[in-house]
Amino acid sequence: MKLLREIAHSRTGDKGNISNISLIAYDEKDYPLLKEKVTAEVVKKLFKDIVKGEVIRYELPAIGALNFVMKEALGGGVTKSLALDAHGKSLSSALLALDIEKL
Amino acid sequence: MKKIRLGSGAGYSGDRIEPAIELAEKGDIQYLIFECLAERTIAIAQQNKMKDPKKGYDSLLEMRMRAALPVCHRNGVKLITNMGAANPVAAMEKTVSIARELGLTGLKVVAVTGDDVFGQMRQQEYTIFETGKPLSTIIEKAVSANAYLGYQPITQALADGADVVITGRVADPALFIGPLAYEFGWAANDWGMLGKGTLVGHLMECGGQVTGGYFADPGYKDVAGLARLGFPIAEVDETGSVVITKVADAGGNVTVDTCKEQMMYEIHDPKQYITPDVVADFSQVSFKKIGPDQVRASGATGYPKTDFLKASVGYVDSYIGEGQISYAGLGAVARGRLAIDIVKERLALTGVAYDELRCDLIGIDSIHGETISAGHEPYEVRARIAGRTKTMQEAVRIGNEVETLYTNGPAGGGGATKVARQVVAVLSVLVNRELVKTTNYCEVV
Repeated sequence: MKLLREIAHSRTGDKGNISNISLIAYDEKDYPLLKEKVTAEVVKKLFKDIVKGEVIRYELPAIGALNFVMKEALGGGVTKSLALDAHGKSLSSALLALDIEKL
Repeated sequence: MKKIRLGSGAGYSGDRIEPAIELAEKGDIQYLIFECLAERTIAIAQQNKMKDPKKGYDSLLEMRMRAALPVCHRNGVKLITNMGAANPVAAMEKTVSIARELGLTGLKVVAVTGDDVFGQMRQQEYTIFETGKPLSTIIEKAVSANAYLGYQPITQALADGADVVITGRVADPALFIGPLAYEFGWAANDWGMLGKGTLVGHLMECGGQVTGGYFADPGYKDVAGLARLGFPIAEVDETGSVVITKVADAGGNVTVDTCKEQMMYEIHDPKQYITPDVVADFSQVSFKKIGPDQVRASGATGYPKTDFLKASVGYVDSYIGEGQISYAGLGAVARGRLAIDIVKERLALTGVAYDELRCDLIGIDSIHGETISAGHEPYEVRARIAGRTKTMQEAVRIGNEVETLYTNGPAGGGGATKVARQVVAVLSVLVNRELVKTTNYCEVV
C-alpha cells in the first residue's frame, strides 16, 4: 500500500459549481508516476457520489503538479449548496487517501 | 533596481486584523491590500444598501480602518481594498469621517465606481454563463449585478495621489496589479507584465494561504505558529520578478510548497487564467527558495484580454432550513438514522414542501458521501437534515422537526440546533467591456 498522501499534497478551490483539486508531488521526480496513475477517470470515479459533471485534468510539469477541474461538483454552487462543506474544501483529503498501488 | 513591497492585509471578509497591522508596522511595505469581497457578499451588501443608502459596504470596514489608518498614515503605506462592496462612495465617506475622528490629516481617499451594471441587465438579453439559459428567467428575482473591473481605475487613483483606494467588485489580482502598474508604468497592453502581475495578485489575494494557512497536515506538512500566522509580502521589481516572504518573526512559513498550492488554488486551465486585464498563463511558472521564508516565482506571462467582463448576478434563489441533533455511545449510528427517517416522515405528514433535501450523519458520511466514507464506526454522530424550500416559513419547519426529536425521537438525542435563511445565489453573465464605464470619486481629509 502506498497512499498518495505519502508523495503528494493537495488543495481544493471553488468557483461557482466547479471545484478544482491540485495534486502536487513533494518531490518532482514523482510527477511522472502521478501523471501515469492519477487520471481524470480515477478522480471522476472516486467522487462519483459528489461530482455530477465532467472532470478535466490539466498538467503543470514545471512544478510537478496536476490540476483536476470538476464540474457540477458543489451541489449547485457554493452560494446555494445544502452541503455541510459547501465549498468542497475537504475533497483534497479524500484524493490523498487513494492507494497509488491499486490504481 | 526599483522594488515595491506589497502586503496582503486580508484574504477574506472576516479575516484576522493583527497580521495586517504587523505588516504595516514591520513589513517595510508601500501598499497594504485588503481583499474582502466573496462571490455573493456584494449581493447581500446591495440588499443592505437598498434598506439604507449610507450602507452596503463591508461590515468590518470601520474596524479595519480604525486599526490600519493610523499606522499606514505614519509609515506612508497606501491602503487599497474592495471593502466598498455595493457602495464604495459611502465607504469613502465613512473612511474620511474615521480619519477625521482619529486626527489624521492630508489623507486623500478615492472611491472607484462603475462595477454596478444592474441597470444594464434589462437593456438586452444576456445568457447565464453557468446554465446557458436566458437571464430573463431569473431577472425578477435578481438583486444585484456587478462586473469584475480591472486594475486601471486603481492605477488612476494612485496617479491622482490617493492614499486610500476603495473599490467595489474588481478582479482580486487587480487590487495588486493597480499599484504595480502605477509604480512601474506598465502599459495596458503589456500582456507579459500584466500576466506576471496577475501571478503576484493570485499568490497574495488569499492572505495567509501562501504563508502556511490552509496547508498544515501534522506529520506531513507541519507549520509553526498558526495562531499568529503572518500575512504575505510580495517584493516585486521592475522586471515583474517576485519574491514572496513575510515578517521574520511572524508565524507560518513561506515555502516552495505553500506557493505551489496557492498558485493552483481556484484556477482551472493554467494556460488561460482569464481576468479583466489579461489572459494570464501560469503553466511555465516555477518556484525557488532563495532564503528563509523567501520564495521567488518566475515564468508567468500573458496574452491579450478578452472583449468581455464577467458580471456576477445575485438573486434570491430559495430558502434553506436546517436542523442538527447529536447521539452518542452504543447504537448512536442507528439512533441517528432513525432520527433522519422520523424527520423525513414528519415533513411528509405535515406537508412541508421542499425542492431538495439532504440528510447527513456527521461523523459517518456528511462530507465525502457514502462510498468514500464506508467502513468506519464512530463513537458519536450528529444527524443533519437540510432542505431547500420556496418560503421562509417552510424552511423554519424543517429545523423545528429536528428539534422536536428531543421529546419525540430516538433515545438520548442532545444538542439540537436549527437555522433558516434566505439564499442569495450568484450566477454570471458576460458583458461587453465597452458598456462598463468607471468613475473615481475623491475626498481629502
